[in-house]
Amino acid sequence: MTDAATTPPVDLDLRRRDAAAALAAEPNRLVVRGIIDRAAPRRFQWEGRELKGYAGDTLASALIASGVRTVARGFKYHRPRGVMSAGVEEGGAIVAVGEGDRRIANINAATQELYEGLAAFGQNAWPSVSWDAARVNDRLGRFLGAGFYYKTFFSFTPNTPDGTGHWMLFERAIRAAAGMGKASREPDPDQYEAAHAHCDMLVVGSGPAGLEAARVAAEAGLDVILAEQDFELGGRLLAEAAEIDSAAPGDWRDQRLAALRAAGVRIMLRTTVFGLYDGGVAGMMERVAHSPEPHQVRERFWTVRADRIVLATGAIERGLAFGENDRPGVMTAGAAQAYVNRFGVAPGRRAVVATTHDGGLGAAADLAAAGLEVAILDARTGVAREIGDTPSGLGAAVSHLAGAAPLRTLGRARALGDVGDVMFGDGGVAALEIALDTDRGWRVADRIECDMVAVSGGWSPVVNLLSHRGVKPVWDTERLCFLPGETSEPIEVCGAAAGVWEAGACAASGRNAVARLLGRTEEEAPLRRASASPPREMYEVRAPGRKLKSFIDPQHDVTTEDVRQAACEGYVSVEHLKRYTTLGMATDQGKNGNILGLAVMAEALKREIPEVGTTTFRPPYTPVSLGVLAGRSRGKHFKPKRRTPLHAWSLAQGAVMTDAGLWRRSWYFPHAMEGLDDAYIREAAAVRASVGLCDVTSLGKISVQGPDAGEFLNRVYVNGMAKLPVGKARYGVMLRDDGLVFDDGAVWRLGETDYLVTTTTAGAGKVMSWLEELSQTRWPELRVALSSVTDRWAGVAVAGPQARNLLTALVEDVDFEDAAFPFMGVRAGRLKGGEIECWLARLSFSGELAYEIYVESDHAPALMDVLWEGAKALGGVLYGTEALGALRIEKGHVAGPELDGRTTLADLGLGAMGSTKKPYLGAALAQREVLADAGRQRLVGLTPLEEGAQFKAGSILCRVPLGESPSGHGVGWVSSVTYSPALGHWIGLGFIEGGIEKAATRKAEEAIIAADPVRGAETRVRVVSPHFIDPEGARMRPEADPAPGADLSTINVRPSRRSAFGTLWLDGLDNRAADDPNARRVVGRVELDDPEDPVSDAQDAAVWLVEERPRPLWRVEAWPGRRAAVEGLLRELSGGAAPAYGRTEIGEDEIELSRAGPLSWRVLGLGPEGGERLAMMDAEDGAALELSHAEVAVRIGGREAATLLNRFLPLDLRDASFPEGSTAITGFHHTPVTLDRLSGASIPPTYRLWVPRSYAWSLWGLLRESAAQWRG
Amino acid sequence: MLRIPCPYCGPRDHAEFDYGGDATVVWPALDDTTEAWVEALYFRDDPKGPHRELWRHARGCRLWLIVERDTVTHEISAAHPAHPGMADEVTAQSQAETPSA
Repeated sequence: MTDAATTPPVDLDLRRRDAAAALAAEPNRLVVRGIIDRAAPRRFQWEGRELKGYAGDTLASALIASGVRTVARGFKYHRPRGVMSAGVEEGGAIVAVGEGDRRIANINAATQELYEGLAAFGQNAWPSVSWDAARVNDRLGRFLGAGFYYKTFFSFTPNTPDGTGHWMLFERAIRAAAGMGKASREPDPDQYEAAHAHCDMLVVGSGPAGLEAARVAAEAGLDVILAEQDFELGGRLLAEAAEIDSAAPGDWRDQRLAALRAAGVRIMLRTTVFGLYDGGVAGMMERVAHSPEPHQVRERFWTVRADRIVLATGAIERGLAFGENDRPGVMTAGAAQAYVNRFGVAPGRRAVVATTHDGGLGAAADLAAAGLEVAILDARTGVAREIGDTPSGLGAAVSHLAGAAPLRTLGRARALGDVGDVMFGDGGVAALEIALDTDRGWRVADRIECDMVAVSGGWSPVVNLLSHRGVKPVWDTERLCFLPGETSEPIEVCGAAAGVWEAGACAASGRNAVARLLGRTEEEAPLRRASASPPREMYEVRAPGRKLKSFIDPQHDVTTEDVRQAACEGYVSVEHLKRYTTLGMATDQGKNGNILGLAVMAEALKREIPEVGTTTFRPPYTPVSLGVLAGRSRGKHFKPKRRTPLHAWSLAQGAVMTDAGLWRRSWYFPHAMEGLDDAYIREAAAVRASVGLCDVTSLGKISVQGPDAGEFLNRVYVNGMAKLPVGKARYGVMLRDDGLVFDDGAVWRLGETDYLVTTTTAGAGKVMSWLEELSQTRWPELRVALSSVTDRWAGVAVAGPQARNLLTALVEDVDFEDAAFPFMGVRAGRLKGGEIECWLARLSFSGELAYEIYVESDHAPALMDVLWEGAKALGGVLYGTEALGALRIEKGHVAGPELDGRTTLADLGLGAMGSTKKPYLGAALAQREVLADAGRQRLVGLTPLEEGAQFKAGSILCRVPLGESPSGHGVGWVSSVTYSPALGHWIGLGFIEGGIEKAATRKAEEAIIAADPVRGAETRVRVVSPHFIDPEGARMRPEADPAPGADLSTINVRPSRRSAFGTLWLDGLDNRAADDPNARRVVGRVELDDPEDPVSDAQDAAVWLVEERPRPLWRVEAWPGRRAAVEGLLRELSGGAAPAYGRTEIGEDEIELSRAGPLSWRVLGLGPEGGERLAMMDAEDGAALELSHAEVAVRIGGREAATLLNRFLPLDLRDASFPEGSTAITGFHHTPVTLDRLSGASIPPTYRLWVPRSYAWSLWGLLRESAAQWRG
Repeated sequence: MLRIPCPYCGPRDHAEFDYGGDATVVWPALDDTTEAWVEALYFRDDPKGPHRELWRHARGCRLWLIVERDTVTHEISAAHPAHPGMADEVTAQSQAETPSA
């Protein structure tokens, strides 16, 4: 920059420089200009050719330097295209970048930073952009106007039944010819991630206005983020040589940057603010690495929440519409200036600068200063300027013509007097036809030989981001552009984005913007007037009798004639214009041609531009990759996966896992050579013969506590819950408001005010939400505390005739005699040895004598070890979800496939459960006629008529006359199917109109067929009762148990092997051994020697993570009005103060008391006596629940700890917002988590992240993957 | 992206919340008529301008909130707990924090 600004023009001898540059294979590189780093050459490939540029180049500038003129082919006519701009508005140089799985199509070469090894390719051309076979389309141009293919190809197929098929065929061929670039079809190999930030002020753009706004805001004490989409700060300061505030632009910029850094502004380069949203939220994309290492990310998606926003987004220069204004060599004047001053490349030798305003003259001066021959065409008449008036004291290389404009470019062959045009030669500009303004309009005047045309038709402020906020831009008749409209949000627009053109005035407007945002309007300073001579309003150059191809949207090949044709055909609304011509629908989204298109339309309609309208800009401002939108939520992290505490244990037993919602569950446990069918049939049969064990931890478990818990449940369930005695469980069904079945499960009454509700695996989350909604919004008078305890308890179903024998041998303190522990009984006990407490409920999903046994999650492996040792001795099995399903279908129990949100109680055969003695939720609407109709599809059992026949779930049930094929929608469907080991054939559950009663009246000549047209099967079935085995339930209540047949007395409980950090949730991590120390710690740069003391061990680590040693954790809630009483108890137990909202207070013995809500707290580290006191707290005050095993605490430290956390958590972690002792609840990958910032003045801060136990493996994996970026 | 001022957690992204529907519905008693329930469940106003909505801070404090939002401008003017007892607690807290004039 300083070179260009301070050194007098020394590039004047073109021939001398050409000789030197040609040696360097960069014929167009200027010797001293530009801020590229000449000490850092960058090799790259263009269509297979090895070329060279420098750090600081864009792909476009490097191509220009190397003399590559044609870099693309037009979308429709395949005309050659060159670089037309130096920014996001590029319409010509659209290329493909990268090879193999990293190939990305439609990259803007004018903004693509050059890097070592970049490989770029032309697109839209075959075999190459310099010789494209399809350029014949240009000759057919008059057939290919707007809307041509709809008109043309639809008409081939009028009203034919298969017209669509023909159209599709044509469309495919057209798309191939008109296609955009081709993306890779391989999976994206790179990582992307999200990130969150908060700031007092976001400044978008780093030109003079943005730099000044950021500086004065930061110096006023604000926390400022400055985002710049370029890889260099400075905006137009980089491109223009004119002085700003009497300083060279480079010097001015460097001073401001030093001030910004001193004031602590967070500067984000290569970061595009692509959208503005409600509440000061900005969506930003940061390009982190061009070809990242495996542990690095390629791009980052920032969500920034800013209290105030300054938009210093600059302006985009527009061209003029004139004949063949798309040839390589035609570019905007400001772009030519940028190539010369910033990149040190000459886009040509003999330049024509065509302008409608003073701004173009500065560009002409800079080109001349760089040694180019310059002819100025100033469209304004009466601007009799002497050459000496132009800014830099130009020499004889510049000529100046007033009242002149470009009419048509000519290619090399034509210029030589031959017949050729773009069909031959490189198609680049070789000459320009000039028109002169006369009193009869533009008239052809002359022809100048030139190799580039730099055009300026004025500047259009970038109002896009404010448009995202719904603020309509306003046409300014003086400055001839749309200016940002008024907004009531704390957003200010300044600099060229606000129509301020001169650099010094831009800087002042940046300062004014901050003054307005801070309410210091007295500090606003008046802006200097920019333009001495007014601009001429002009968008197109036409001369009578000349048919010209004048492009306004080169990327989509839209010409002025297309717009006039649209007007002629009645597409006069700007929205219709856009869709009919596709104007502004290319990757630049109208940055290029929008104003020209509006102007041509306005002229055609004889209206003013603002009457024609503006299009509403929508995010994203520039293209955003799909990868960065997905972030880390792809592949195995697409959704979090939940693991039960028996995950590793089950894998060690050979379990094959399956997905059940977010859960990973054991599907089946194959013996050698067994497949799924063999295994589940064996498992189900063994359950009925002896005993089986099944991990049922994933069933939803909700704790319902409080004096009104019974009444609450009584209103929710269709059956009576009010009189459920302590120590009993009851099966229950709940309805939605609309009377349809919502979910089912069991209610266990554990104590007077203490219930446990189980739900289906899939229903857990929605039932919890629903109960909370009811309790908080509909029945606030009921005092109930609701907590999910799914992760607290591990559950195992013990089912089969030997179940009681097994448990009797292994559980103490429980009398298993039938009378003492009847069916649906609930008991608390201890595993043999007395150390591990458990809950037992005598429930049966399988129809066998069965129990569910729950222990705190840490103890799950210990429980399963002894159960399995005993079960094996009894000839029992481990069974998975497939056998579980087979057993319940045999028994006719409904599950997910039947509870599909469309069924009523009666449909499920549970009509009798609905209480007639009490009102319950859903009862009113369940009585609607349509739901009470006896003809509804109701639950039945199905068996194949033919022996050994099989049918599939999802089949349609059709009732057809014998011998006929099924058709139509049928009379029902099949919901669940299994092979029944008990019956020796396939059985199913399904729904059929009128249920079994109607099926029983079936006419003899009718058949019921399970039709599966998709998979091509039809099976005749018989409708039977859904209770296939033991409808009386005798097996669940056997008179006597079989003899054990094995001595179980020698089995002893071994407490679960606990790692240094207590829990075993990392077991099975990538199938590693639990005691692999690396499985549970990761650091950015150092390996931990002493995981017990990570802080002293990892002082210098960028980030370290370690699982915390578990301590007792309680959740306590107070009823409204009882806060003081509960706080009193908590203060007494902790020995510390009561915490305010979002705070933690530390009491005696490092007991931590945290606020978790207006009326809820978390207590960490309470001893057994304190726990006992909480458990016994007065139910009239509130409720307490131990959750020690439900959550895992991960300690996170190192200087990048907050950065890592903000990759996932949307919290404001700045010191002022989240000081030591803060605690907050938020979401992490859809999962609720709690974050504490630990007290103890650690610098950098140390955090503790609480995650639900079952999600810990998934979330830990995400943290580790992201933390890896600080390696090395 | 909306920012919802949770009365307990402070301003948070709407991604942390689940939308819970119209907060102005008056739910009938459980033993009320089918007609009353049909009216409450299926017939809703769709006001242009200020509206009261239920939002649950699902990935946060789990409070159900009544959020006053303008359906035209998206501007959120207030949010308080749907549970009246909880709302009283929040009010008491904010009064305790505001020094009396």
